[in-house]
Amino acid sequence: MSCRWTPPVEAGAVCGFDGAMSLPDLPAPPPPEAPELCPLGLDGVLVRFAQRFGPAANRAALDLAAGLTADPLPGQTEVASALVSVAVRFDRGTTSRAAILTALRNRLARPAPPQARAPRRLWQIPAAFGGAHGPQLAELARILGRPEAALRDEICATPLQVLAIGFAPGQPYLGLLPDAWDLPRQTALTPQVPAGAIVTAIRQLVLFANASPTGWRWLAQTAFRPFQPQGAVPLPLAAGDALRFVPVPGAEMEALLRAGDPMGGARLEAAP
Amino acid sequence: MMPMLDLLATGPGVSVQDLGRPGHLATGLSTGGAADRRALFEAAALLGQPAPLACLELAGYGGRFRVGAPTRIALTGAPMRATLDGAPLRWHAAHLLPSGAVLDIGAVEAGSYGYLSFAGGIATPEILGARSAHLAAGIGARLAAGARLPLGPDTTPGAPLLALPAPARFQGGTVRVIAGPQTAQFPLETRARFFATPFTAGRGNRQGLALPPPDAPFAADAPPNLVSDLIVPGDIQMTGAGGPMVLLCECQTIGGYPRIGTVIPADLGIVAQAAPGTILRFAPVTLDVAEAASPPESRWIAPLRAQAQPLIRSPHDIPDLLGYQLISGAVRGDEPEEDSP
Repeated sequence: MSCRWTPPVEAGAVCGFDGAMSLPDLPAPPPPEAPELCPLGLDGVLVRFAQRFGPAANRAALDLAAGLTADPLPGQTEVASALVSVAVRFDRGTTSRAAILTALRNRLARPAPPQARAPRRLWQIPAAFGGAHGPQLAELARILGRPEAALRDEICATPLQVLAIGFAPGQPYLGLLPDAWDLPRQTALTPQVPAGAIVTAIRQLVLFANASPTGWRWLAQTAFRPFQPQGAVPLPLAAGDALRFVPVPGAEMEALLRAGDPMGGARLEAAP
Repeated sequence: MMPMLDLLATGPGVSVQDLGRPGHLATGLSTGGAADRRALFEAAALLGQPAPLACLELAGYGGRFRVGAPTRIALTGAPMRATLDGAPLRWHAAHLLPSGAVLDIGAVEAGSYGYLSFAGGIATPEILGARSAHLAAGIGARLAAGARLPLGPDTTPGAPLLALPAPARFQGGTVRVIAGPQTAQFPLETRARFFATPFTAGRGNRQGLALPPPDAPFAADAPPNLVSDLIVPGDIQMTGAGGPMVLLCECQTIGGYPRIGTVIPADLGIVAQAAPGTILRFAPVTLDVAEAASPPESRWIAPLRAQAQPLIRSPHDIPDLLGYQLISGAVRGDEPEEDSP
């Protein structure tokens, strides 16, 4: 799908507003296998490897971001990866969109050198499921046609990975859950979930850094805080980390929350 | 010793702001900083600063302020009722705040965010390279009465006082929009309807301004399991109900709702300043048009400096001219503000 003003079904057709149907400063549609390069604000380019989540596209995004961080393009000010895309921001005072696009295409065309990866780490984070700690677990059980306990056990048995960090400081997108969890976001927002809430949509989990409204369903609670501004390591999680949730009873979660340690009983070890 | 600023009283939305913390997108931290960035460049032009310094952002209402050493201040952004020891002060202008005098800033008269800047800047400790509060991320906090903040000294309190023409971004209007990564997922008809619709602003905050959904939602043809993607301030996302939300300085860094386009930086202040009831329209522009209309921030200050003119003030507006000079000890007597009838 193209990121131009033109609609995907009628590429090249008249777009209808402001004569913006053929933008000379935007690239021609890429070949199907190549990532798309879209404007992301006036000082940014989004490199998108896929429209939907896939492990290969996730890997490609993490690799490109690592490569650009290690060996920046001239005029590049910032790089960040999301699940299947990379944002490259540039200084309009010293470079131009055209120059950045050319440099990015050259970078994408050459085989990616193997990126140095952080040693794989495994986080084990206590979580209480259902009830007041996950009010929408019952709704998920109805939607998926399985008991709440089975859903809890399946989540805790799934080896998860930090797919991306974003939305709020340090906040992880985790995945992937089995196929049955490919549920759309809710149409209406849940007005507020607390910090530490675990929510789900589209085979992913998010562990909220702050109290927030969300379109995802709230199924569990942790006492872990992904952003610890006073901590020695303010952002404990990194993309690529392995992670498992360890089920604990509600009373134990209440004790962890009362204790107030932002690590919330989490344990970190080398991944097996 | 640093001069101190005393907050004797404050409105509910007073915080320290600067240009924020760029460079942390990868950790999930949006840039933050002032909601109306242009107001900080205006203050810098008025105070002769090479680049904006940390100041106070006043959301909706100001407060009562006093300094321990004479300093020039600038009042920019949304105009607010302001007095110095009871005498009215012009907005979009610099003034000399004598030591011990009381500056009162009341309710906003148009727009949402006013700014009180100091010649030496607010000198609180930096966190991650900036002094601004990022309320959504839990960095810093709103200020309350009783707070004392260190200021950088004003090294030239006798410098001529300047004023700028009143900017036109506090009454809503048309803001320009460029295409973004998900624009093409909105059907042509939906886009045309969006750009033909006048919107009435509701109550916004530093994260974004939600606009009430129309009778028919502006829905994308995106699959419901659209992968979450990176966001920048100015992005116009369509929430589940199909109503637009323009994302502002403290927006999330990743989100799953499709975005129809991005408001250009030159016009984002109009959105941030849109008070409830203000009418906003959106107009699509090409990247070429946007590049020309919205130069990078490094080029914002020079034209503002050129526009700044000496503040002309009648001596009749100064309640105690003699005392004013004695207290400040820094007015030469040949100030442009004092040589008019």
